[in-house]
Amino acid sequence: MVDFGFGLVPSSRINLDLFDREKFEALAALEPDVRKCMACGSCAAVCTAGKFVRTSVRDAIEELFNAHPDKALDLLKSCQLCGKCTMVCPRGINTRHLILSIAKIYGTK
Amino acid sequence: MIYEGKQKIWSDYQKDIPDDHYFYVRSCIRQSFFPASEAAFLKITRQELGKDIFETEHHTTCGGIAYHSDTIPQETAMTIIARQFALMAKYGYENYVCSCITSFGLYCETMETWREFPELEAKVRENLWKTCKLEFAKPKVLVHASDLIYKYRNLIAAQAKHKLVNVHTGRPLRAVEHIGCHYSKMFPSKGVGGAEYPYVLVGMIEAWGGEIIDYPERRHCCGFGFRQYLVKGNRGYSLSNTHKKFESMEPYQPDLIITNCPGCPYFLDRWQYVIAESTGKTYGENGHGIPVLTYEEVAGLVLGYDPWDLGLQTHQVGPEPLLDKMGIEYDPARKFLGKDGKDIGRPESCMYLK
Amino acid sequence: MKNNILIIGGGPAGLEAASGLQRLGYNVILIERSSMLGGHLASWDRLFPDGVSARGTLKGLLAQMDGVKCFTDTEVRSINRLEKSYNVILSNGITVLADAVLVASGFDLFKAEKKEEYGYGIYDHVVTNADLEAWFNAGPDSDTRIDKPKRIGFVHCVGSRDEKSGCRSCSKVCCATAVKQACEMKQAFPDAQVYCFYMDLRMFGRHYEDLYLSAQKDYSVRFIRGRVAEVSENVDGSLLVKAEDTVAGKPLKVTLDLLVLMAGMRPSAAGKRVGKLLEMPMEEDGFFAVRDGILAGQRSGLPGVFLAGAATGPKTLPETVAEARAAVVEIDRYLSDIFPNVKNYKTLVRERW
Repeated sequence: MVDFGFGLVPSSRINLDLFDREKFEALAALEPDVRKCMACGSCAAVCTAGKFVRTSVRDAIEELFNAHPDKALDLLKSCQLCGKCTMVCPRGINTRHLILSIAKIYGTK
Repeated sequence: MIYEGKQKIWSDYQKDIPDDHYFYVRSCIRQSFFPASEAAFLKITRQELGKDIFETEHHTTCGGIAYHSDTIPQETAMTIIARQFALMAKYGYENYVCSCITSFGLYCETMETWREFPELEAKVRENLWKTCKLEFAKPKVLVHASDLIYKYRNLIAAQAKHKLVNVHTGRPLRAVEHIGCHYSKMFPSKGVGGAEYPYVLVGMIEAWGGEIIDYPERRHCCGFGFRQYLVKGNRGYSLSNTHKKFESMEPYQPDLIITNCPGCPYFLDRWQYVIAESTGKTYGENGHGIPVLTYEEVAGLVLGYDPWDLGLQTHQVGPEPLLDKMGIEYDPARKFLGKDGKDIGRPESCMYLK
Repeated sequence: MKNNILIIGGGPAGLEAASGLQRLGYNVILIERSSMLGGHLASWDRLFPDGVSARGTLKGLLAQMDGVKCFTDTEVRSINRLEKSYNVILSNGITVLADAVLVASGFDLFKAEKKEEYGYGIYDHVVTNADLEAWFNAGPDSDTRIDKPKRIGFVHCVGSRDEKSGCRSCSKVCCATAVKQACEMKQAFPDAQVYCFYMDLRMFGRHYEDLYLSAQKDYSVRFIRGRVAEVSENVDGSLLVKAEDTVAGKPLKVTLDLLVLMAGMRPSAAGKRVGKLLEMPMEEDGFFAVRDGILAGQRSGLPGVFLAGAATGPKTLPETVAEARAAVVEIDRYLSDIFPNVKNYKTLVRERW
C-alpha cells in the first residue's frame, strides 16, 4: 500500500440505521420513562459533577438513540447519584434509576 | 423513480441558448488535464456543425482559482472579467461561452453582483479604463460549453457513429453524470434543469442512447474546492468526499462517469488511483476503475474520433473497458505515441488499479 | 323582506356561519366551488387531539343547514358594490343582491413538489400529510407508495417557515397533525420505527402536550430536532434521508421506507381570485387582512364584507368554528345597524316584546 501523505477522513455522521432497538427496548422495560425525555437539559444544568466533568443524562439518552452507547456511558461515569437531576426533571423521570439502568443494560461490568 | 416528476422540474428550468456566434474562452487547467477536450469542442462545433465559435489569443484566466483560494479580492477578479468582456465587445460578439464551470459560476456571480450593486460595476469600469484603456459591455447571453453541446446533442446524435450502448449485450450503457458545483448550485435558474436534478448532461446521455443512474450522493461535491486540496494537510477531505460518491454509486455498477467541470473529472479519475493504491479497493469490474470522461470526450467518441486523438491516454483509469463495450476500434500500440508518432512515455504500472 | 347574506366557501367556516345566520332569520345563500360541501374536512380521517372522526364532525356541521340555499360547482363571476349592498353574479347565472358577504374561502395545501430536494412526485415512497389522510380513509392497499413500511419518517415545516418556498410564517397545525399521524401509523404498523424531524415542536393547544407525551411513551416515536436537508433513493427503492441532529450537534443519515411531508397551509388560489374582484386588502403572504387582529378579527377592510376561517391565516378547527360563530354575531350587528327597518328575526322578537 502506498502512503500519499493524506488519507480518508473518518465520517462523524450519525448513522441511525445502527440504532440497537432491542437493547433500547430492554432499557425501556426496566425504566419506561426513558422515552419521555424531551431533551430540555434541566438535568445537565444542575448536575453536581457536571461543573467539573462533562456529565449529562439528556446527552446520554441522545447518544443511546444515536447508536453510541460507549459515549453514553462515558457521559455518566462521573455521576454521584446525588439526585439533583431527579429533582428538576419536568417530566418526572426517575433519572437516578435511569442512570443505574443504563449502566446495567449497556455496561460491561 | 417516477420519471415524469423530474420532467416537470426540468420544464421549470429551461435556459435560452442562442444557436450561433459565440465568443469562447478557455480554461486554465483543462488543457493540462484533458488536452484534447477543448480542441474536440472546437472541432465539433466548427467543422462538424459549422458554427461560428470565435476565440482570441489575448484572453486570460478569469481569476477564479486565485479568487476561490483567497489570494485576490473580488474586485480584482471582477476587473479581470471586465477585460474579457471588453475583448468580446471588441470582436463584435454578444454571446459568451466559457469552458470552465468555475468560470461560469464566477461570471454569473459577477453579473448578479453588478446587477444588485451598480456602484461596483461603475468602479470596475473605472479600474479597467485606468489599467488597460478598455471599455467593456456585458454579454447578452452567458452559457457554459456543456450548454452548447446540450443544445447540439440531437445534431450530434444524427451524425453519430457509435451510440452509448453496449454492443455485446445491446443494453444502454449506465452513466453517472456529475455536474460541477458552480454550474447551478449558486444560481439554480442559470443551469439547465436547476440545482437538484440538472438536465444538461442527462439530455446528452439520453440523446446518445445511454441510461442515467440516479444514486444518493449525486448532488455531492467531488471535493475539488481549491482551498481543500491545495494544502496537503486538507487533501484528505477532498479524497473522502470523492470516496463517499464512489461508495454510493458502486451498487449501481456504472459503466462510465461523465462530467462537465475541469476539476471534477480530474479528481474522480485520479482519486480512484489513490484509493486503489492506498486501500486496495477498485470500483469497476475485475480490478478496473470506472472511466471518467468529459462531455467533449464522450461527444468525440460518439462521433467516431480516435480515442488517442481525444487524449484518453492521459486518464489514470484506463478507458479500454468502455471502448470495448461501445465497440470502438482503437490501436493499443498507438496509445502512448503522441503527435507525429513520437513516444510520449509510459506511466508506471499500478499495484491494484488495472 | 329579509336581508340576503352571501357566503363564499362551503368548508367548516362557511357551513357553521350559514346555519347560524339562517337560524337568526336571514336569507342565506352559500356557494361552493367544488362538487361537495365540507372543504378539506371532507377528506380527513381523524382529528387531533382526541381522534374524533372527521366525517362525524362534518355531519354535525351539515345537520343544521335546513333552509340555507347551497349551490355547489358555483363560483363568483363578478361583484359590484352598490350603495348599501353587493350585486353578485354567480357562474350558474343567478344574481344575488347581498347585503353582507362572508368570505370563507379557506386554504390550499402547499404543493410539495416545489421542495425539489424532498423528491415528492419523483421518488417512490414520499407522500404528503393529505395523501396519508386519504390513505387512512381509503384503506391499506389504496396507495402503492405506502407498502408495509418498517421505518417511517415525518418531515415538519414543508413549505412553511421557509423563505425559499415563499412562506416565512408557521402553518400552525402541522406539528399537531404530524404527531397525530405518527401515532396512527404506529397503530397501523406496530413494529415500525417512526421518526419525526422537527425544528420546533408547536404543541400549543389543549391536550396537545398529552398527545406528544403519548407519542413518545406509548408509541415510541423518536423526535429528532433538526431539519431534513436532502432525500435520495437507494438501489432498492428505500429512501436515504439526511438531516441534522441539532441536539447532538452532528449530521445524521437514516434509511426509511416511507417519508411523510407536512405540507403547510397557503392562501386559497380561488379565494385570491375573489379577493381581487372585491379588491380586498391582503397581507404580504396572500392571506386576507382583518380590520383589527384582536377586536375585529372577522371584519375585512371593506364595508359589509366579513371573513372567517383559514382565509385569514392557518387555523385549527375549533378556532375556525368559533370564528364562524363570531362572524354570525358581527354580521347580525352590522345588518341591524345598516338596515334598521328590515324585518328579520331580531326585529320580530323585539316587536313581540
